[in-house]
Amino acid sequence: MNVRSQISMVFHLDKCIGCHTCSIACKNIWTDRRGTEYMWWNNVETKPGTGYPAKWEDQEKFKGGWEKQNGKIRLKSTGKGRIVTNIFHNPHMPSMDDYYEPWTYDYQHLFNAPEGPDQPTAKPISMVTGDYIDIESGPNWDDDLGGSPVYGKNDPNLEGLTEEQKLQLFSIEQLVFFYFPRICNHCMNPACVASCPSGALYKRGEDGIVLVDQKRCRAWRSCIAACPYKKVFFNWFTGKSEKCILCYPRLETGQAPACFHSCVGRIRYLGVVLYDADRLEAVANLPKEQLIDGQRDLILDPTDEHVLEGARKNGIPDSVVKAAQESPVYQFVKVWKLALPPHIEFRTLPMLFYVPPMAPVMANRKNGALNSVSDNLFHDIDDARVPMRFLANLFGAGQEGKVAYALRKQKAVRWYRRAVTVGDVDLETAERMLREADCTIKEAMAIYELTSLCTFEQRFVIPPMYREKALEALRDPHEVKQSAGFGFLSGPRRGM
Amino acid sequence: MAFLFSYLDMVLFAALPYLVLFTFLLVSIQRYRLQTFSFSSLSSQLLENRRHFWALVPFHYGILVVFAGHLMAFLIPRSILFWNSHPLRLYVLEVTGLAFGILTLVGLLGMVARRLGNSKLRVVTSRADAVLYVLLLLQVVSGVAVAVFQPWGSSWFATSLAPYLWSLFRFQPDLTYITGLPILIKLHILNAFIVVGLFPFTRLVHILVVPNPYLWRKPQVVRWYGPAPRDIA
Repeated sequence: MNVRSQISMVFHLDKCIGCHTCSIACKNIWTDRRGTEYMWWNNVETKPGTGYPAKWEDQEKFKGGWEKQNGKIRLKSTGKGRIVTNIFHNPHMPSMDDYYEPWTYDYQHLFNAPEGPDQPTAKPISMVTGDYIDIESGPNWDDDLGGSPVYGKNDPNLEGLTEEQKLQLFSIEQLVFFYFPRICNHCMNPACVASCPSGALYKRGEDGIVLVDQKRCRAWRSCIAACPYKKVFFNWFTGKSEKCILCYPRLETGQAPACFHSCVGRIRYLGVVLYDADRLEAVANLPKEQLIDGQRDLILDPTDEHVLEGARKNGIPDSVVKAAQESPVYQFVKVWKLALPPHIEFRTLPMLFYVPPMAPVMANRKNGALNSVSDNLFHDIDDARVPMRFLANLFGAGQEGKVAYALRKQKAVRWYRRAVTVGDVDLETAERMLREADCTIKEAMAIYELTSLCTFEQRFVIPPMYREKALEALRDPHEVKQSAGFGFLSGPRRGM
Repeated sequence: MAFLFSYLDMVLFAALPYLVLFTFLLVSIQRYRLQTFSFSSLSSQLLENRRHFWALVPFHYGILVVFAGHLMAFLIPRSILFWNSHPLRLYVLEVTGLAFGILTLVGLLGMVARRLGNSKLRVVTSRADAVLYVLLLLQVVSGVAVAVFQPWGSSWFATSLAPYLWSLFRFQPDLTYITGLPILIKLHILNAFIVVGLFPFTRLVHILVVPNPYLWRKPQVVRWYGPAPRDIA
């Protein structure tokens, strides 16, 4: 056993209201510089929808992630042999058109326009060239357009849905959508890191945050294509790749990342999990159906004696182990099995997990009348407007059972709390539902508390990261006195 | 007049090479030490993805083969001459060189056209890039012209240019090999020196950092800030 600690995350989609506050918080801090205008390290997508960049989930097009070949996994986009031929032109790299051309508006014209019969308008200007442009798409262009024939219909997750189900999703009275906020997953088996010819991308040993070493990056562009989530971006101005840094300067000072901190719906949870790095490769190589369980199995019980001993042996501080024991992520992912990894079939083993959203029930049963009486207590989950197949493609590596389990448990908890607090449903039925959903009353109460009543400290359990100590051990802090942050003597610019 | 020319030859072919080599080494090393961040290929593929393929790929394959040819003629001139002793093999070498030279030229012209024809790319084209494109065009055009108008270069490179270059590296520049060369070839050599001299000031530095460790490193990279625990994986 080789115990490692990793900062891991849960997004509770049932609470997401799609307000984009997270995206704005991130943009204002990190990506308002030249060359990064088009990047959204955090973005919120509407599902069904094509997302950003458009159709990123379609790996036939983008060739991101890993694939199994001859019993081993290899990168879909590049590799040791193929890098030689792909280095001059990366055949699978998206272009700016796949994202969008960033723009601002000619606000000054509102003040300077000559007097005339019409109100002056602020025309859009490209933030790349400075020319006037016609806006064609944007990062959340399909916001709330779940049932649209242009965006919703082209969602790669619709694969395997029956024609009837598709019709339901796109008929006007029954269309449905939910929000899907995304940041870098800080994967256990990151494809971006494995693809980098320069070795510029790396995973931090202490907390698992995946970063791009800006001084080592040489713009070979492999990571852009290799990341199946399209969460490594190319700064066209500096000629370097950039990505979500999980606000590590904030984490190191005990603060939650900006997108987490600003989340209005309080959907975000962050905490440490311990995992076994020795079995990582084997798990990434499992058959598709076993990936979710395999990854859960990789996450170790932080109260187990053997694990604690392994953690001690690997020099993981007690405070980090304690944080792992209090981690909300561990509860959601491993204990309650409510949170699922997005597209684990890409085999990067993402460390950001999603609690699948509850959806409105189908109202077209029984000649248009809602049939709410059923022997099957979970009929509304099976009849939800978002077909289980769709959610399974997104969060279950195609297995409906994993998603159904999480949804049934959520419903049972809700029903139980309704019986306790409102009292309009019968407690006996609620308890039967809990049993059927594989949930005890104690567990239901814990889920309820961490979902509804959670405080800031419960949602974000950030261990002390001891970076000061680590740095001081290697270097005298006085050495870097008067240097301009992060070891750069001047601001980043293009070329020499 | 003849005296003046030999004086010019001294400056251009005996002094300049040392100046550019010195600049190349000093600036490259200092730039790597002080401005590591600036080492990048400055790819523009994100901004323009279609023509990129048709320009960059022929150019790079072309220039790599052509450069390898020059390097071989410099390193193993005797073997090249031996190879060329049979006319058919000489033809093969000549035609290969010319073909890859033209491939380079086509790619380079494509690169210039791509830059000029796209407003986004003009934003990321610096003055250094413009100078570099002019120099490279001059170099490749003169190179192809040499191959066409001064044929059997693989042989005469080995007999006259290789000894000259070696004399430079022995710090005893011997100009007797090149004073009589046609002006076209001299131009090609001179321009090559200028490219070497300006090399560390341009995006060409990406050649110095081509990623070779990738071919034998482990797929995953983990960096520890403190002491790393035992590393089994």
